[in-house]
Amino acid sequence: MTRLPAGGLIDRGKPIAFRFNGRTLTGFSGDTLASALIAHDVKIVGRSFKYHRARGILTDGIDEPNALVTLGSGARAEPNCRAPSVELFDGLEAYSQNCWPSPNFDLMAINGLLSRIFVAGFYYKTFMWPAALWEKLYEPLIRRAAGLGRLSGDPDPDTYDRSHAFTDLLVVGSGPAGLSAALCAARGGLRVLLIENDSRVGGRLLSQRYKVDGELGTAWADAALKELVANERVTILTRTSLFGAYDDKSFAAVERVSDHLPGAAIGRPRQRYWKIVAAQAIFATGATERPIAFGGNDRPGVMMASAIQTYINRYAVAPGKRAAIFTVCDTGYEVAADLAAAGVDVAAVIDARRQPGRSLAFAPAISGEIVRTFGKSLTAIEVRRYDGGVERIAVDLLGMAGGWNPNIGFASHLGNRPDWNESLQAFRQEKLSDGMMFAGAADGALTLTDALASGEAAAARVMSPASSMPPIGTSAQASPHVVRAIGQKVFVDFQHDVTVEDILLADREGYRSVEHLKRYTTLGMATDQGKAGQVLGHAVLAQHRGVEMAAVGTIAARPPHTPVAIGALAGMHRGEHLKPVRLTPTHCWAAENGASFVNAGLWKRAQWFTRAGDADWLASAVREAKAVRSAVGICDVSTLGKIEVEGPDAALLLDRLYANMMSTLPVGKCRYGLMLREDGFVFDDGTVARLDESRYVITTTTVNAVAVMRHVDFALQVIWPDLRAHACSVTESWAQIAVAGPQSRALLQDLLPDIDLSNETFPFMGAVAGTWDGIPMRLFRLSFSGELAYEIAVPTNHGDALVRTLARLGQTYGCTPYGLEALGILRIEKGHVAGGDLNGQVTAHDLGLGRMLSRKKDFIGRAMAERPMLVDPGRQALVGLKPVDPTQRLSAGSHLFRSGAAHVAGESQGHVTSVAYSGVFDQWIALGVLAHGPQRIGEVIVAASPMRGTRIEVEVCNPVFFDAAGERLRA
Amino acid sequence: MIISCPHCGPRDSSEFYFRGEATPTRPEYDAGTAAATGYVYGRINPAGPQKEHWYHAAACRSWLLVERDTRTHKFLSVTLASEQGR
Repeated sequence: MTRLPAGGLIDRGKPIAFRFNGRTLTGFSGDTLASALIAHDVKIVGRSFKYHRARGILTDGIDEPNALVTLGSGARAEPNCRAPSVELFDGLEAYSQNCWPSPNFDLMAINGLLSRIFVAGFYYKTFMWPAALWEKLYEPLIRRAAGLGRLSGDPDPDTYDRSHAFTDLLVVGSGPAGLSAALCAARGGLRVLLIENDSRVGGRLLSQRYKVDGELGTAWADAALKELVANERVTILTRTSLFGAYDDKSFAAVERVSDHLPGAAIGRPRQRYWKIVAAQAIFATGATERPIAFGGNDRPGVMMASAIQTYINRYAVAPGKRAAIFTVCDTGYEVAADLAAAGVDVAAVIDARRQPGRSLAFAPAISGEIVRTFGKSLTAIEVRRYDGGVERIAVDLLGMAGGWNPNIGFASHLGNRPDWNESLQAFRQEKLSDGMMFAGAADGALTLTDALASGEAAAARVMSPASSMPPIGTSAQASPHVVRAIGQKVFVDFQHDVTVEDILLADREGYRSVEHLKRYTTLGMATDQGKAGQVLGHAVLAQHRGVEMAAVGTIAARPPHTPVAIGALAGMHRGEHLKPVRLTPTHCWAAENGASFVNAGLWKRAQWFTRAGDADWLASAVREAKAVRSAVGICDVSTLGKIEVEGPDAALLLDRLYANMMSTLPVGKCRYGLMLREDGFVFDDGTVARLDESRYVITTTTVNAVAVMRHVDFALQVIWPDLRAHACSVTESWAQIAVAGPQSRALLQDLLPDIDLSNETFPFMGAVAGTWDGIPMRLFRLSFSGELAYEIAVPTNHGDALVRTLARLGQTYGCTPYGLEALGILRIEKGHVAGGDLNGQVTAHDLGLGRMLSRKKDFIGRAMAERPMLVDPGRQALVGLKPVDPTQRLSAGSHLFRSGAAHVAGESQGHVTSVAYSGVFDQWIALGVLAHGPQRIGEVIVAASPMRGTRIEVEVCNPVFFDAAGERLRA
Repeated sequence: MIISCPHCGPRDSSEFYFRGEATPTRPEYDAGTAAATGYVYGRINPAGPQKEHWYHAAACRSWLLVERDTRTHKFLSVTLASEQGR
């Protein structure tokens, strides 16, 4: 055990049992997985991505590239969790990744010997030949050998919540700068939302022994928290990671609601996704300590100096017994002092600057560099003094204090690249989007005093843009430090195993832009997004090429800042809650009558009604279609879009919307209408009914209901705003039921005894508004089936009563409910086009409807519909198709070939758009589009589906298979 | 993105349908195929301020004429399309 006897922000009265790789260990409340592992002297936590090198804990937070573990098991297993940011709880299970059989003895470590193969760009240059082996052999092999944790593959058993927040000021980070900004703004009366990734507020104050206003930093943070909590205008979210900054001052964050609680938290979401809109945002996101590039800098036992400080002061664990610090800045000396104060033997502070910062009472300060390290986990370092001496020092802990990089990635989420700051020797954000600023270490104010002042100044600027507070200057730092390698690998990106040599190789091969360098070497492309080592990698490139860092630049960070579970983004929108469900007014009745439902957009539509004796769905559909042809059927068609158009210019508007003339339609009549897009292709079709002189109701296809409404609004508001007409969708207001078949008139006459439905008074295409049982009713004599047929509409809440009444009255006439499949059979027998036939690539001419295009008026699409290519008789046009052998089954999507032609794409002359089994003809029939189709009636061609391996001889025929003269529908 | 609808106030862009550049104006049908082609397919695609049509589909159903900077997504103006030229 290396738990220090006293100190730390842990609760020694609350021990916690957890499991690591099957071993039961204990920690304390307040520990992270990383601190608890350090307390148990666990040095090797996992293996690295490519070379399977033993790796330990490098950092104390979200930037951890090495100590990645899989948490939990079964469906709850979550890979690639960063041990330093996993809070310990009772029953936590963690497993090492990318190693077999164990992290201490990993057979895949042989990859380290093959490192010549795994250099930068190895994907692109190795294993390229023979190509066939890539997919089958090389890629699976590489993926098994190189990689991170694995997903369970099971559905996510947890629930996720979603919340919205609106605030005057968003403060990200609760270190000294964040807290002082939040305090200042809250005292000024602003609504403040403070977000902290950690489980408690304080930031670096929790890791250090500084005093603020005469009290310990942690006590000051606690007092600040108390004041903020007491202010009702302040909201504090801890365990919450901001992960994206978006346009118009909106931000996204994930709150870990129950990840830190034992077991599966019942009745609570696992995480909550926050969408935040903030008038102003202060990013007090701190700075990340950068590693130093030297041989063997990835060995377990080599840690960031700031992390050592955190483990000692916050968690009261000593990550080693004898330590050294390799530093390029004064913070290294502070960490050495903290180590000494905690009773850890400090062997030396190695200062890479030519003029060492300080001298120490308890250890020698050496001016020089570390060139190599030794041991499976660290046992010794080799130091080369600037005065010439080389010495080996036995240590089991080495801290790297390579300077600090302000955490400014959120600025580039909005496209603002940072600038290199010479005195800070780091990238700093100079260009900012409106409403966003950085404060504290994130702005280059690296000392505590400056950070506190910087937070206050930022808040003052928020409250009064002309604030007279002087801007806080940046601290001075040494440049990122790179030691010339002698024989050992020097890592810059620990998670992706990118070395200095990889960067030099990329440079030799011409990948010199940092964005190219990133993609070629994968520098900064791991789950940590290069937070620890990326800037160091860019410094390697700059120093190698002898150019300024400003000339090299850095990459743009993109959301998410930290990995986000897909479940958190989906929230409640999964499974049946993925989309809203729209039910037809007759849904309950249909369900009671054995309907199977199919999704039509958001709608659930009855597809067929199963009756005793039906062998399968096809038998049901054929039985229903036959009932319509021989007696009467009823079908809910409420899902068709319905739009009412009203006003003195309603007729003129419809003339412009439809390709055919609508202003000549008499009151009390319906007409089929064809709408084109402005590019001349068919947009939608439907019917127009004129209810009175200035009032129409039009229908659209189910799928285009929304698009047609938008199109009508565009015509009314944008193209012809002077037209005196209004349009409104009434799709949801009316239940509409098709009553089709020779007995439909008799059935409806029973339903509506007061209206004369005889052919003379209410002929085909008639429309009438009246009442049924005292409620408003509209009746249209429309036929999609080719039979004598009507569509009756009543207000939606009466739809259920209407369908039940029709079914009851219809018993005398053999009334049968029919669904979408029977509807399809009936309309294909009549050659009526629908969804699959209207695919956006067909013209009116293609559908045999060219003569509908009026030449007497302007209408949307007219000019473009007259383009020569769109009226070319060689275009693929609508035809009917039937198998020469009537026992054969056609499939939609089959391509059409000239008899004897090769079945290759270049020979395709069209395709099958709709198929149905016709009970009338006792065989499969189809609609399709075929080049020169209408001129080829009677020709035998081939319908082939290479996907299904089918090839059928079909005869081209008139698309109207049944009652081509239309006698039945006029009966 | 947040769009300030003249009817409904500032609303999230997810409530709106984006149609595209508003610069081409629809020619009369007898203006010829070239004019119609320009209207249907011709786009300026500027890097900078662009006039666009957005439709407040989830609320007031107004077509809006907006000016947006394509580089910053900043909305420079939002007006009702029906009030253009009046």
